[in-house]
Amino acid sequence: MKELLRLYGLFFKIGIMTFGGGYAMLPILERELVEKRKYVTMEEIMDYFAVGQCTPGIIAVNTATFIGFKRRGILGGIFTTLGVVSPSVLIISLLASVLQLLAGNEIASHAFNGISVAVCTLIIQAILKLIKTGIKDIFTLIICLAAFVASFILNISPIIIVIVSAVLGVVYKAIYDKRSAKREAK
Amino acid sequence: MIYLLLFWEFFKTGLFAIGGGLATIPFLMDISARHPHWYTMEELSNMIAVSESTPGPIGINMATYVGFSPGGVLGGIIATTAIVLPSLVIIMVIAGFLSKFRESSIVQNTFYSLRPAVIGMLGVSLASMIIPLFFNLSATAVFEFINLKAVALFALLLFGILKFKKHPIVYIAIGAIIGIIFKF
Repeated sequence: MKELLRLYGLFFKIGIMTFGGGYAMLPILERELVEKRKYVTMEEIMDYFAVGQCTPGIIAVNTATFIGFKRRGILGGIFTTLGVVSPSVLIISLLASVLQLLAGNEIASHAFNGISVAVCTLIIQAILKLIKTGIKDIFTLIICLAAFVASFILNISPIIIVIVSAVLGVVYKAIYDKRSAKREAK
Repeated sequence: MIYLLLFWEFFKTGLFAIGGGLATIPFLMDISARHPHWYTMEELSNMIAVSESTPGPIGINMATYVGFSPGGVLGGIIATTAIVLPSLVIIMVIAGFLSKFRESSIVQNTFYSLRPAVIGMLGVSLASMIIPLFFNLSATAVFEFINLKAVALFALLLFGILKFKKHPIVYIAIGAIIGIIFKF
């Protein structure tokens, strides 16, 4: 129990120190888990991150679950996950209650209209980063455009788009690999 | 009843949003489109800004905030629990054969086409946010149709982000200050 509480506290601290997306927590994980406590190696953390990106959910949380599970099994995974999300729940609940009071305030509304523009540019930055790793050839470009059209014009739900694009990738690669195997055989 | 519905919507988001916090945005927009009284697109954009500028992983911050909007503190807790639950189970199941999972050709081929689809969906989120900011659809005169102030701020911030790569909170603060000064 003591160890579980310690894991909770440790990931609570990591949650507070994570600002923004998943990769922002890497240096903190390295200092707290690799250097100070030697719970895991840096290679393991990089592995967790890589897998955290290919599994559903928030990458930072997935990494926390992995490390907790490795230390103390199922309960360990639950406690580290609770730890990493607790600061968000506390801080956002508090802040959301305060911001609610500002609704209708003219200055706050001007500020938020300016902030909305900033959020758009941040999303563009994220998209540009993703394009570097995600769009490699004509096929991936077509999938990207098709997903855009399906969602924007046809209003198809993101769940359907995720499932269909995943299946298309597996089918396309299966056909592609077969073809190149044939070519090699010739 | 609203709590059950919140749980179900965020459970689905946690199960299908792959690629981290930002990948949940298209799902959050989809929820807003189906439950417009929970929160509007405009409110969602504010929530994203607050989530970027406060401690904690952005995906979790957004889930808490979006759940708080219709359901208060309990709503935020339920949305957060629901969004982490699917990955909690999945991670524990695959933890035993981690490297096999990552190197498996099915997983890799899935992501080969899933990543571009996520990009396309994020593009839609972006478009749905930018259009009401840039264009005044209720305008009667042509020069009122385009919101020049917003376009100028957008160009300035985009240049700053691509050139200087400072923390997001810097650009959010600049957006807020310019918004107040120029009465956006």
